[in-house]
Amino acid sequence: MKHIAIIGNGISGITAARNIRKSSNHKITIISAETEYFFSRTALMYIYMGHLKFEHTKPYEDHFWKKNKLELKKGLVKDIDFTKNRLYFDGGNVLDYDELILATGSKPNKFGWPGQDLTGVQGFYSYQDLEKVEAYSKNIRHAVIVGGGLIGVEMAEMFISRNISVTLLVREKSFWNIVLPEQESALINKHIRSHHVDLRLETELKEITDDGNGRVKSITTTTGEEILCNFVGLTVGVHPNISFLKSTPIEMNKGILVNEYLETNLPNVYAIGDCAEHRLPPKGRKAIEQVWYTGKIMGEVVAQTICNNKTSYRPGIWFNSAKFFDIEYQTYGFVNATRSEDEDEIYWEHQGGMKCVHIIFSKTQHTIMGINTFGIRMRHEVFDKWLRETKTIEFVLRNLKEANFDPEFFTRHEEEIINVFNAKFPDNGIVATMKKIN
Amino acid sequence: MKIIKNIGLLIFMLGLFIFTLSTFLGEFTPTKDIIKQSLSEQQYENIGIQVEGALGNKTYLSPIPISSTFAKIYNSANNELKAKQQWDKVMWDSPQVAVFQLIKSSSTGIYMHYEWLIFLLTFGLSILGSLMYILPDVILLGSPGIKNNKIFQSSATNRGWIGWVSFVYLVLFYIILYFFPALLTNQILIVNPISMAISGNASSQWFLYGFIYCTIMSVMAVRMFIKYRHSNYQLLRTGTVLFFQIAFAFLIPEILMRFNLPYMDFKNAWPLDYDFFFEWNINGLIASGNIGLFMFVWGVIFSLLIIPTFTYFYGKRWYCSWVCGCGGLAETLGDPYRQLSDKSEKAWKIERYLIHSVLVLAIIMTGATLYTYFTGSSQFIGISTYDIQKSYGFLIGAVFSGIIGTGFYPILGNRVWCRFGCPLAAYMGLIQRFKSRFRITTNGGQCISCGNCSTYCEMGIDVRWYAQRGQNIVRSSCVGCGVCSSVCPRGVLNLENKEENGRFGKPTDLDDNGLIISNT
Ligand SMILES: Cc1cc2nc3c(=O)[nH]c(=O)nc-3n(C[C@H](O)[C@H](O)[C@H](O)COP(=O)(O)OP(=O)(O)OC[C@H]3O[C@@H](n4cnc5c(N)ncnc54)[C@H](O)[C@@H]3O)c2cc1C
Ligand code: SF4
Repeated sequence: MKHIAIIGNGISGITAARNIRKSSNHKITIISAETEYFFSRTALMYIYMGHLKFEHTKPYEDHFWKKNKLELKKGLVKDIDFTKNRLYFDGGNVLDYDELILATGSKPNKFGWPGQDLTGVQGFYSYQDLEKVEAYSKNIRHAVIVGGGLIGVEMAEMFISRNISVTLLVREKSFWNIVLPEQESALINKHIRSHHVDLRLETELKEITDDGNGRVKSITTTTGEEILCNFVGLTVGVHPNISFLKSTPIEMNKGILVNEYLETNLPNVYAIGDCAEHRLPPKGRKAIEQVWYTGKIMGEVVAQTICNNKTSYRPGIWFNSAKFFDIEYQTYGFVNATRSEDEDEIYWEHQGGMKCVHIIFSKTQHTIMGINTFGIRMRHEVFDKWLRETKTIEFVLRNLKEANFDPEFFTRHEEEIINVFNAKFPDNGIVATMKKIN
Repeated sequence: MKIIKNIGLLIFMLGLFIFTLSTFLGEFTPTKDIIKQSLSEQQYENIGIQVEGALGNKTYLSPIPISSTFAKIYNSANNELKAKQQWDKVMWDSPQVAVFQLIKSSSTGIYMHYEWLIFLLTFGLSILGSLMYILPDVILLGSPGIKNNKIFQSSATNRGWIGWVSFVYLVLFYIILYFFPALLTNQILIVNPISMAISGNASSQWFLYGFIYCTIMSVMAVRMFIKYRHSNYQLLRTGTVLFFQIAFAFLIPEILMRFNLPYMDFKNAWPLDYDFFFEWNINGLIASGNIGLFMFVWGVIFSLLIIPTFTYFYGKRWYCSWVCGCGGLAETLGDPYRQLSDKSEKAWKIERYLIHSVLVLAIIMTGATLYTYFTGSSQFIGISTYDIQKSYGFLIGAVFSGIIGTGFYPILGNRVWCRFGCPLAAYMGLIQRFKSRFRITTNGGQCISCGNCSTYCEMGIDVRWYAQRGQNIVRSSCVGCGVCSSVCPRGVLNLENKEENGRFGKPTDLDDNGLIISNT
């Protein structure tokens, strides 16, 4: 029986622990400085908005841990002695381990702006951040959010739900257009504005001004405009939370470097989740992927390896999802922001401006490469299969009904989407199969 | 807009206040004639003279003193009779029920003569006020989508003081309705003209209750239509359940009475309709000729054939959240409270014990009833059938389904009865769990474990537990309200009827090709 220590009780650390427990009797200690129990970071916004209470974000009941002999330890690891296999805690405690999993997650980026450490200037990542956002947004009128990504929109939605007006500064020409193609990005620009967010494109933060008491009073943009505000949200991405490892022999770049088995350069030390950087990322994948399900898969994979079933990390076909105010977004495969030479596309948008479908396929082979859908749910299973089997765009459109995952009685748009294709390729027009879906 | 809402709230409160106050108002003059006519022969013989002496020809400004004086006389007479062991003379009704007709007939005040005015001041104001409160949401809520903002920050929906006050009010209302109907005399008089118009009969407390029920459901359905306007599933479901309540549970039975036919709610099913096989009901139906016979056969076919067949094809949702009246109230009036249901494993355990016990009880009671019906023996394995029926009616029919089932909405969530008590739900639940095409499908690996689905599940199912492992949800308690699917921010959940094979789904798993997504 080995003692396995896991630093981090986020989705990756917890998944590793659960899966090790499933197939072994090892002693497992899960360490976190954030909260006693595992909670879902992705739901932080819903606590602020009053959809949930903190306890609803805990995926397992509190008795689960004891029942499964998973020891929870609250505390901040300040240093690690990798030769002695020993963790040093803030406050003086130590803990020895046989194997160590680093699942320390991320920290919000700050780019050295003047005034970035004033009271009322906040990133949004941890439970403590939520508490601070709650405290500093009491009775305020206006907030500025810096950064046009997923967390930025979430924060905008949070403030709007409390009738706090929001200015959203976005560096790019259009919202999140480093990821989204221009059509989708334009649709989201419109939707964000329809929620009365003052969306400022091609606008960057220059500095944050003190009100004389150490609290934010206003911000100035790179164009010199001053915007009065009582709160500044910094949502310009995250970076691996690894600074406490700086003086240790573990090899790091932006994150902790790992091989395909999630092993670091040190024996019996693994890194998973947001803090891991893949030396050789799987094909088409990024070296650092800060998403929920990859953390989960890494947790599953590392558990296999630790339980003597050495397994490599293969996350499969890329997918993801998000929500922009009232519009749900799903993506399967690769839909890059811009088309390359050998890519072709069809794009359909509903006249209401709340739904669209964008499919990318190979110009020559017509095999599909990826799909974005907004306001329409698709079946993961089906697109995963079609992408693996490199189905053609014609096949996909003909069978699109099968992939639809919208609730019963929702309006269907398959025919309109097919019409877009037929208009573009009048010579090989297609009709949907009326195959009954089961 | 906000101002309209607030004024609406005030108007609603005023209407509710006048409605409540009515219990303490009115003008009643029980003359000797009225006393004689309102009491049964036995009652008149036992206590007629005393009642005339105490109440006769005086004028009262509230029903309360009449009912308490009456109860005193009634109880002491009964005690005396019991002491003398004159069992054939003992009066078995509760005094509160016995006095009801007396109070009603002796009303002379405004409640007799200005019913419409008072109707407007009570129902009218409440409806107007609530609509003023609800309708501005069309604009205030912004574009269609899930709007659960502030639910856990508001005292009404998070067991705050408003929640507790509503709880006390609802519980008191049910206790009065079931056990002290005399206190609702004025309110019953308010709806008398409507009852006369529909069934040609004077209104009773049950007519009043049915009318309130339909009114509340209609108003709160408007709220549902606005809140869930992005979801055709929710719109259709709400519209349908409202239709079945108004037409089948309320209007048709009343109209049947107009034609001197037996009262029948065609969509009610045994064992929820626990007295369907009671002797008085069977005899009443049979005595009404062919149409009564049809009603009896329909009731049997509906309960024993249609219910299981439809449940096999669509899950129990076709009944529980598209047809049933209890479900209808839970999905309209109860919607603001759905997040209060307990999601713990412990609650699940209690639920399974309770609901299946009620089902067993209902079956035993019906068995005893039929045994008595066919053999004529009043005892079933040594216990009086009448006592079994009476206790079931009191404990399950009144206390559980009414007082706890609805009264506890603001504290335990809106499906307390459906989840812990309803024998029909238990019966359909068994079919849904073991032999049905219905399931909630999980969308591969998209779940982010946020917990919205579990939180808003009114049946207390920990939906996330299944969703985050990519497994389908097949649970006997699921009423298929579809709200988990609506509130999920990642499009993970979908209610589906598909072939039975593989309906549980496989958890997402890893294999040599990486993450494998497979739900069948
Ligand atoms: C607001 C928000 C919304 C998001 N929404 C989505 C989404 O919709 N979909 C999606 O795919 N992803 C989303 N993400 C990203 C996703 O949440 C992360 O990718 C994921 O939580 C990372 O999990 P993890 O286990 O790697 O790390 P974390 O969840 O960050 O867990 C790491 C834990 O380790 C603790 N820790 C770190 N260092 C130490 C130390 N030295 N000592 C003790 N404890 C330590 C930290 O306090 C933390 O509790 C969102 C993130 C945020 C912040
Ligand atoms: S199924 Fe949807 S609502 Fe439920 S936990 Fe997963 S993402 Fe959240």
